[in-house]
Amino acid sequence: MNHAVKAAEFVANAERAHWHDQALWFVREKRDKVVHALPEWETLRETAAAVKAYTVAHLADLLEQFEENAIRLGAHVHWARNPAEHNDIVLGILKQHDVKHVVKSKSMLTEECHLNPFLERNNIDVVDTDLGERIVQLRNEHPSHIVLPAIHIKKEEVGELFHEHLGTEKGANDAKYLTEAARQHLREKFMNADAGITGVNFAIAETGGIVVCTNEGNADLGTSLPNLHIACMGIEKLIPRAEHLGVFLRLLARSATGQPITTYSSHFHGPKPGAELHIVLLDNGRSDILGNDDFRNSLNCIRCGACMNTCPVYRRSGGHSYEATIPGPIGSILNPIQDPKKYHSLPFACSLCGSCTDVCPVKIDLHHQLLTWRREIALKGCLPLSKRLPIKLASIVLKRRWLYNLAGKLARCLVPLMPRFLLYNRLNDWGKQRELPLFPKHSFRELYKRHKRINMDGK
Amino acid sequence: MESKHHILSAIRQHKLDGRELPNLGQDWITYDNLPEQFATMLESVGGQCVFANDPADINVQLTQIPAYTEATRICSLIDGVGDSNVDLNAIDDPHECDDIDFAIFAGQFGVAENAAIWVTDQNLKHRVLYFIAQHIALVVPTARIVDNMHQAYEQLSFAEPGFGTFISGPSKTADIEQSLVIGAHGARSLTVFLLPSAT
Repeated sequence: MNHAVKAAEFVANAERAHWHDQALWFVREKRDKVVHALPEWETLRETAAAVKAYTVAHLADLLEQFEENAIRLGAHVHWARNPAEHNDIVLGILKQHDVKHVVKSKSMLTEECHLNPFLERNNIDVVDTDLGERIVQLRNEHPSHIVLPAIHIKKEEVGELFHEHLGTEKGANDAKYLTEAARQHLREKFMNADAGITGVNFAIAETGGIVVCTNEGNADLGTSLPNLHIACMGIEKLIPRAEHLGVFLRLLARSATGQPITTYSSHFHGPKPGAELHIVLLDNGRSDILGNDDFRNSLNCIRCGACMNTCPVYRRSGGHSYEATIPGPIGSILNPIQDPKKYHSLPFACSLCGSCTDVCPVKIDLHHQLLTWRREIALKGCLPLSKRLPIKLASIVLKRRWLYNLAGKLARCLVPLMPRFLLYNRLNDWGKQRELPLFPKHSFRELYKRHKRINMDGK
Repeated sequence: MESKHHILSAIRQHKLDGRELPNLGQDWITYDNLPEQFATMLESVGGQCVFANDPADINVQLTQIPAYTEATRICSLIDGVGDSNVDLNAIDDPHECDDIDFAIFAGQFGVAENAAIWVTDQNLKHRVLYFIAQHIALVVPTARIVDNMHQAYEQLSFAEPGFGTFISGPSKTADIEQSLVIGAHGARSLTVFLLPSAT
């Protein structure tokens, strides 16, 4: 995949790209407002980062502690090395309970594992219950943002979609009306579900409990009605103690949507009476990241999406241009770890402005890691010719003083005389939206020499 | 079992420096007037805060709430508060809670910084009631409002199996073009009655 190519498709519709940019900036501004109201924000970030660093350094012990406590509370714990194992485990549990209909609340991890299509292939009906996720599911798309899955879709399009699938009035596109229609439609799904699948925001080693945060209440409805709850989590979601939730719950919603906390922050300790709770722990490359000094602290991520809302590239190119489960700055770090060849262009979808690093609630040094990735990608030989060749040329020229001087002279003489088509063509990506500056008659060295001479003469 | 072993040894092969857990006893935010701060935050997250004198006053105040006066099925978990006509303990299947219009619960404590109220499934047969009822009200003594989430967790222990959640405002979504809509899947409204002392 190539981010620049996909992004070009997105920005081709300038009006829409602008609208998308503004929608996300609105969320970033809401975040700023609540963050600035808390004098201890920086202390909170530092504390959170330190808790995560401790967790990562003791992850194996903490995972064992978590498993032991979760089992003591009556939950079942499963371990999956990769998405295939994860999906088999989930399917096995569902089959054991003869489940036909599943309601799912938001879980980027099940997106990572492509759980929905897998279950559908096995004749299990899966309904995403987060409104944004339901919208993208009905459109046969994937979320374009990890917190705001349908941020790329306009209300007119939702109106059309709901008219087709939920029978709302044609042309009706009032958000309130459409949300009410979804509420009725999904209430029916909740009532008919045999099992609820959720993600996990935090898992507590000390207690064996899990915490799931939503604004809609869909995770709670989905797990309080049926007698089977399957919670899927990456192994990095662990925190050592319940008291650490005080830190993370203060950071999460403020960073994500500018709310002081999500509407529901639900703590599940064991199954509901008479029911079963299964917790599936997924590795899928996370243990490798843990061993990598450059990218280790990307495991701090609590999936708030703040880096996306602030990123000038993400805002203007849309989540789908990353062609990955997790887009944006954090995705541009995590995806190349999974597949550097496929995702080689993502670390370059970045202006290195550092805004993501500034807003990250768990202090991931995102833009530094993105810069590191550029070097890694070159070393791995994953750079395309269009980048390799100019760098090679530059290296030849910059190593030789005479050649550098000659190239400068030639450029100053010839470029102003060259016809446009020679300068601005498909080989010049840089010039697609930019004009070359006027070339000076003399180089800096020439000017410097002349000034020195004049000064000497003057004495 | 094999996967567990594999994952744990994959993690353990990376020897990382033992780090210390940070000190959580920081100078976290506090408020001069906890009930006022709580009420302001609750309004900002879409809830209504009502200062009541006593349970009898709550009953008077309830008659001012259209969602309550228009409700057919009311389930109150607090003796003497609300005209409860649903006996939750007589319901076996939680799905049957679907037609409950208004539910009233006791909240354990509130948090001033974000208007969250801690509720649990202790002595509650169907925890789904918090989420499935069309409208809910929570009753919390003002004396049980803490400043921030750190103080909140000092109040909590998770030694026993159980369910608990912080509820901050009514259910909501902004998934359609960032327009805030109250009443996504859970309660369409949340009223919090603050009582002057632990009654």
